Amino acid sequence: MGVDGIGARVARKEDRRFLTGKGRYTDDMSVPGMKYAVFVRSPHAHATITGIDATAARAMPGVIDVLDGKQLLADGIGNLICGWMIHSKDGSPMKMGAWRPLADKTVRYVGDAVAIVVADSVAEARDAAEAVVVDYDLLPAVTDPLQTLADGEPQLHPEAPNNLIFDWELGDAAAVDRALAAAAHVTELKIYNNRLAPNPMEPRATLGIYDAGDDHYTCYTTSQNPHLARLVMSAFYNVAPENKLRVIAPDVGGGFGSKIYIYPEEIVCLWASKRTGVPVKWTCDRTEAFLTDAHGRDHVSTVKMAFDAGHRITALKVDTIANLGAYMSLFSSCVPTYLYATLLSGQYDIPAIHANVRTIYTNTVPVDAYRGAGRPEATYLLERTMETAARELGMSPAELRRTNFIRSFPHQTPVIMNYDAGDYEASLNAAMTAADWNGFAARKAEAEGRGMKRGIGMSCYIEACGLAPSAAVGSLGAGVGLWESAEVKVNMAGTIEVMTGSHSHGQGHETTFAQLVADRLGLPIDSINIVHGDTDKVQMGMGTYGSRSGAVGMSALAKALDKVEAKAKKIAAHLMEADESDVVIEDGALKVAGTDKSVPWFQMALAAYTAHNLPPGLEPGLKESAFYDPANFTFPAGCYICEVEIDPETGRTQIVQFVAADDFGNIINPMIVEGQVHGGLAQGIGQALLEGVRYDDSGQLLTASYLDYAMPRADDVPSFTVSTSNTPCPNNPLGVKGCGEAGAIGSPPALINAITDAIGNNQLTMPATPEKVWAAAQPAH
Amino acid sequence: MYETNYHRASSIQEAVQMMGAAAEGKYVSGGMTLIPTMRLRLAAPSDLVDLRHITELKGIAVDGRSVRIGAAATHEEVATSAELGAVCPAVCDLAGHIGDPAVRHMGTIGGSIANNDPAADYPAAMLAVDAVIVTDRREIKAGDFFTDLFETALEEGEIITAVRFDAPAKAAYQKFANPASRYAMTGVFVARRNDGEVRVAVTGAGSNGVFRHQGLEAALSANWSPDAVANVAVDASDLLTDLHASAAYRANLVKVMTKRAVAAA
Repeated sequence: MGVDGIGARVARKEDRRFLTGKGRYTDDMSVPGMKYAVFVRSPHAHATITGIDATAARAMPGVIDVLDGKQLLADGIGNLICGWMIHSKDGSPMKMGAWRPLADKTVRYVGDAVAIVVADSVAEARDAAEAVVVDYDLLPAVTDPLQTLADGEPQLHPEAPNNLIFDWELGDAAAVDRALAAAAHVTELKIYNNRLAPNPMEPRATLGIYDAGDDHYTCYTTSQNPHLARLVMSAFYNVAPENKLRVIAPDVGGGFGSKIYIYPEEIVCLWASKRTGVPVKWTCDRTEAFLTDAHGRDHVSTVKMAFDAGHRITALKVDTIANLGAYMSLFSSCVPTYLYATLLSGQYDIPAIHANVRTIYTNTVPVDAYRGAGRPEATYLLERTMETAARELGMSPAELRRTNFIRSFPHQTPVIMNYDAGDYEASLNAAMTAADWNGFAARKAEAEGRGMKRGIGMSCYIEACGLAPSAAVGSLGAGVGLWESAEVKVNMAGTIEVMTGSHSHGQGHETTFAQLVADRLGLPIDSINIVHGDTDKVQMGMGTYGSRSGAVGMSALAKALDKVEAKAKKIAAHLMEADESDVVIEDGALKVAGTDKSVPWFQMALAAYTAHNLPPGLEPGLKESAFYDPANFTFPAGCYICEVEIDPETGRTQIVQFVAADDFGNIINPMIVEGQVHGGLAQGIGQALLEGVRYDDSGQLLTASYLDYAMPRADDVPSFTVSTSNTPCPNNPLGVKGCGEAGAIGSPPALINAITDAIGNNQLTMPATPEKVWAAAQPAH
Repeated sequence: MYETNYHRASSIQEAVQMMGAAAEGKYVSGGMTLIPTMRLRLAAPSDLVDLRHITELKGIAVDGRSVRIGAAATHEEVATSAELGAVCPAVCDLAGHIGDPAVRHMGTIGGSIANNDPAADYPAAMLAVDAVIVTDRREIKAGDFFTDLFETALEEGEIITAVRFDAPAKAAYQKFANPASRYAMTGVFVARRNDGEVRVAVTGAGSNGVFRHQGLEAALSANWSPDAVANVAVDASDLLTDLHASAAYRANLVKVMTKRAVAAA
C-alpha cells in the first residue's frame, strides 16, 4: 500500500470545504427567477378535507400561486408508492393505501401536505400559507400500534381493514413449537423498540426547475440516491420521463436513511415549477423535519427462546407488530421483514426460528429505514433475550454466547441468510480484554462505596450490508436491482475522474474511493476526483444506504479499474515493445517487470488520446465502466461492551466505558471507519438513553423540537474504545463488509443490558430516561 | 417571523418613549426566549425595544456583602464576576450553567427574571437570597415578583433595572437538567443567612412556577445538614407532570437536589 492507498489513515479530502463553510448544499443553490415554497400542512391527525379556499392567499403580496391536490391529480401526478412487495402468509399482497403528494380528500397525520404556496420570499409564502383556509371534518385518530388492529378503531385506508397492511411470517412454526415444548428452559420477553426521528444536520430541501424551452426538469434535492429518485419520479409519479429529468444531490448533510425516500415535496416543487413557470425552492425547517421526515424503528415484540439442558438454543419464536405510520414509505415493507427477521439468528447456531410480523397503519408520520433498518430491531430483541436468559440460567453472559456461537462457515441460518465468514469469539475476546471484564467486580465494589450502582452489559451483533444479489432481492419482492455502477475516466494528461452511483452524505467517499484508485494505479490521491450525485454526470446508480458503498460501490469501481488497467497495459506494452502480460503498474508508471523499461502513467494516457501509436485495432481513449452485482450480503459482526454507573437517587446513567470490537472485513481507511463507529455508537446511545418520538392520543406530535426530543450531546457519550479484528469478506473483490450502521445496531442492547445489570431489574424500556431508571431501581421491585 | 421594527434604546427614558410610540411593542434583552418564539410565529410584537445597550442597566457592583447586578448583565458576566464570586459564588455557578456559551453571552439576568420561565434558573436564586427586583418605577421583593407561569408583578411597560441582595452566608444551586432542553427539570437553590434562617427555592418542578418549600426550610433552619432533608415530606400534588417527568419523580428530585445543594454550600 502507498501512503494514500488502501488501509491508510488519509485525511478526508472533502473536509476542507465542509469545515470552512464551502460546502454546497441544496439550499445554497440559486437560479435566476427562483421563488420560494411553503407547504400548507394538516394540523389534524385524521380528517376529511371539505374545502380549500386560497383566494385571500393568492392576493397577498409576493404570491405567485397556491396549488392544491385536486390540481395535482388533474395533472396526472401519481401516488407515492412502496417499492417492495410483501405478501401476507395467506398469499394476499400487502394492502397499500393511496398516498397523494398533496392530500385531496383525506389527511392522515399531522404534517400531511395539503397545498403549496409559491412566493417571492419565504416570509411572504409563509404569510400566505397561513391565509389558506382549509376546511376539515375531523375523524377519530389512532396512534398506538397495539390498539390500531382492534375492531372499532379508526380506519386509515379502505384498502386495509383493521389497519393491517400485511401479516407475514418467516421460518418453520411447527419446528419451533416442537422445540419450545421440549425445552429445558424458555426465556420470554416483551420488547419495545422506540420510535426515532432521524435528525440529519441538514434538513431536507429541494429546488425544482422546469425549462419550458427544452421541456426539461432539473431537481436539486437532499437525496442519498439521485438515480433512484429520478426512476421513481418518472416511472411511478409521472413527473417527467427519465431523459427529461435531471436529479442532482449535491453536498448532503447526513441522511441516516431518511433521505433515501422520495417525498411529496420534490414531486410537488417540480410540478409547481411547470405550473407557475418559475423555479421553486423549498427548505424544511426543523419542526417540519420532525413532522414529516420518515421516522425509524417503532416495533413491539414478544419473544420466546428455547434452550436444551446444555444451554444450547433450540428455537426462537418472535411475534412483532411494526408501526408503518399513515402511509407506506418507499422501503417501509422490507425493513421489518427481510432486513429484520432474516437477522434473528444473530451470531448463534439456532436450529429453528419463526417470526411473525404484522405491519399496521397509524395516524403518524410514515416509518421507514433509519440507520441499521431492521437489524437494530433484531439485534436489540436477540441480545436483550440472550442477556435475560443468561441471568435466568445463572450463566455468565459471555459463556452463554460462546456456547451458542456459529463456528464454521459458510453457515446457513433457518431465516434465509447464508453467513460467509466471521470469528465471533475473536471479537468477544477482544472486547472483554479491552473492557477488563474480569476486573468489573472490583470496580463495582468501589462504586458501591461511593453510593453508585455499577453494571456491565454486552451485545454480540451481526448485521447484513450490501443488500444483494439483485435476483435474490427481486424474488423477495424488491422493485429494483441492487447493483452499483462506476466509471473511470482517465483524462488526457493522466488524472482520473471516477463517476460513482454511490452517494456520499457524510461517509467520506471522495477520500476512500480515491484511495482505492491510488492504491491500484500508484497515483497521488490529489490527482483523483470522485464525482457523484448528479444523474447527468454519473451513468447510473443505486445510491447509498445499508452500508453498501464499500461492498457494492467500490467493488464496481474495482471492476472498472480492472478494465482500465488492462487497456493501459496494452497501450504501454505497445509503446515499450513488450508483451502486455509482462507489464506491471506501480508508482505511477507502467513497467516491464524485471527490466528498466518504463512509461509514466501520464505518457500512456496521452498516447491513448493522441492515438498516434496505438496497438492495431485498439480504440482511442481510456474510459471504462462496470456494473457490479454482489453475490451475497456481507456480514459485519462484533461485540460491544458497555459499563455504566447509575446514581440511584436520580436514576441518571453515566456511561463509564464503551468498548466496540468489530469485524468489518478489510478496511480502506481506519480513521473513517472509527468515525463511522463513533457516530453509530452515539446514535445507538441516543436511542437507548434519550430519544423517543411521542404522539398524544389525538395524533399531535409532542416531541417536535429539541426542547422535547433529546438528542445525544458530547457529554452524553464517553470516549469510545474501538478496535477491529477482521475476517475478509470472501464475496467481493475488496474483502470489505461495511461499517456505517454497526454502531447504531450493536449499542442499544449493550447499554440496556448494563443498566438492568446495575439496578437488578430487567424491566426497562428505551429510552432509559432517568425517571424510568430511578423507578426501576427502587427497592420495592 | 412576522415583520417587526427594531429599536435600540440608549437610556431608560428613551426606551420608555420608544415603547410608548409602538403599537404592540415588546422589550427585548438577550432575546433568548422571545426571538425563538417570534421565529416560530408564536409572538408578533410590532416593535422590539432593545434594552441591552443601556448603560444604567449594566454592571455588577459588590459593596461588602451587598450585591447589585444590572438587569442587562449577561449570564457570562455574572458567571465570571470576581467580585460576586468572592461573596456569593453560588449565583456565579448558577449563571455558568445556564444554556450553552452562546446563550450565556446573549442572555441577561433581567430578561430571564422578567420572562419567569418555570424551568429557568435565576428565579430560584432570587427567591432564595430574598432579592429585591429594582425597576424604573419601584422595588419589588422577589417573593412578590414571581406570580405564575411566565407571569410577574411587572406592570405594562415597566423595566427591570437591577436586582439587589445581601450575599447569604452559605448558598448553593443544584440542577437536574432536562435531557432534551437542558433547562432545569428540577433545580434547588439553598441559602443560609448569618442568623441561621434558611431559604429553599425550587424551579422546574412546580405547577405554578418557582416556589419556596417551607418543610425543607424549617428542617434546614433547625439543622443545617444534608441529613436533615431525609425526613421531610415533599408533596407531589403541587408538582408538575409533563412529557419528561412525573410529579412523583420531581418530588424525589427536590429532596435529592436540596440535599446535594446543602452539601455543596
